[in-house]
Amino acid sequence: MNRFVGIVLFLSVTLLLSCNYQGSSSQKKTITIAGSTSVMPFTEKMSEHFMVDHPAIVVDVQGGGSTAGIQACMNNTVNIGMSSRQLKQDELVLHEIIICFDGISIVVHPTNPINALTLKQARDIFSGRIKNWSELGWIHRKIDAVTREEGSGTRGSFEELVMNDEEIDDGIMVQDSNGSVKEVVATDPYAIGYISLGLVDNRVRALLIDGVVPTVKNIKAKQYKIVRPFLFLTKDIPKDNVKIFIDFVLSKDGQNILQKEGLIGIR
Amino acid sequence: MIRKSFTREHFVKWVLTAFALSSLLFLFLIFIFILFEGLPLFHKVGLKNIIFGFKWAPTKGYFGIFPMIVSSFLVTFGALCIGAPMGLSCAIYLSEYSGKKLKMFLKPALELLAGIPSVVYGFLGVVYIVPIVRNYFGGAGFSLLSTSIILGVMILPTIISISFDSLMSVPKTYREGSFAMGATKWQTIYKVVIPSAKSGILASFILGMGRAIGETMAVIMIAGNALKIPESILDPLRTLTGNIALELAYATGDHRQGLFSTGVVLLVIIMILNYIANFGIKRKVIK
Repeated sequence: MNRFVGIVLFLSVTLLLSCNYQGSSSQKKTITIAGSTSVMPFTEKMSEHFMVDHPAIVVDVQGGGSTAGIQACMNNTVNIGMSSRQLKQDELVLHEIIICFDGISIVVHPTNPINALTLKQARDIFSGRIKNWSELGWIHRKIDAVTREEGSGTRGSFEELVMNDEEIDDGIMVQDSNGSVKEVVATDPYAIGYISLGLVDNRVRALLIDGVVPTVKNIKAKQYKIVRPFLFLTKDIPKDNVKIFIDFVLSKDGQNILQKEGLIGIR
Repeated sequence: MIRKSFTREHFVKWVLTAFALSSLLFLFLIFIFILFEGLPLFHKVGLKNIIFGFKWAPTKGYFGIFPMIVSSFLVTFGALCIGAPMGLSCAIYLSEYSGKKLKMFLKPALELLAGIPSVVYGFLGVVYIVPIVRNYFGGAGFSLLSTSIILGVMILPTIISISFDSLMSVPKTYREGSFAMGATKWQTIYKVVIPSAKSGILASFILGMGRAIGETMAVIMIAGNALKIPESILDPLRTLTGNIALELAYATGDHRQGLFSTGVVLLVIIMILNYIANFGIKRKVIK
């Protein structure tokens, strides 16, 4: 019995000490960021670089999705919210900072002979009016179109920029991340999907839209139209550590890092 | 000294009782939590519009999950078509034909099959089953057929172990009596052993169904998740579980509640299945 009491005492003391320890370590300043999973990997990269220069500040980056990020920012649960879509009417109270732009490219399997689509054809494919590759001048085979799930920022932007708020067809496959969409397109020769321009590599091929190649250059020249902003959101005008971090992201160094990742800087 | 061990005995009993009851508490809490989150939407949108609605667009105010209910049952039925004959044959072989040594080797191997994480099944499905279906049968490969195959394999351990137990519990005297009447081994099995173990075998199928309908990770990876009711076995589909897991990350407000409503429907379906398996069928065996 004595031994048992001893164990309980030991455990409770350890618990108390560990609470205490956390308290003392939180003297480091923490910036919490949450939101879009499209922006997250880039923000993580920025925070790694940032924390090297500012060892006293800890940047904690989490996902959750654009909508969740916006909500969290409104509720003051995070310092910065990330969004990969434009704000809606009731969300405009937030302070928004455009950190960069990202193109959405419509991708097919590398062996697909079709090189270009018009914006209207793309819309028709995803709204279910064009169902067969033969309608686009290839073989007689059903198009395996892939979209993102309801609520995703990439889907939101795609609906706005390509679909013109027409509905995406119910019979189209749904995957829950840029990575899974890419995986489906990379393995299925008859598939078509849309992903972030920064994630296009030799496993999938980006299509010309209305005759324009999706490249950083064409996006900067405003030739390629399927472009969305990546946003940082704050409840008030940023100050203190949050301001230092945002200034770093907007600085020349920060923007260079983003451009190396395939995004389009604001400069 | 006696007094001391007495208190210790009591203490241990008390602690164990508390833990045993806590599992009940968790079940209760989960149930309350899901109902609490999911029911308001039923009230708001209407039971009929959710369960029999054909359109799921939660950000635009449509919460119909009928296609997903149908898809969930289709996938479960498909899995049963593949898993039930295989599992039952395996159980019959194990209980009636195999030697002791082979049994000692096969049973743990089958239990290992149950221990493989579902994401591994999903991965195997994406890498092997999906391309095979696409190349030989057509369609995108992400389909009812691929999902049924993978789920069929996943429910094998459940079906095998429960049917095996019920086959083994058929008294030896039944078999001896049948042999004495001049029946061959196979005649004995399908005329005597299987009918006496019938309810246990049925229970194994229903528990297998419960496992198939509740499976999530593997299903998301290979089902294609399209919102329509599939028109052929080569069409993609979305199950109830898939719907929750796919969209929860981004969902807020009504959308989130819509996912919990999906959870409520799923919970009810699984509870009915378990009820049938436990009380409708197993009890008969005990009697």
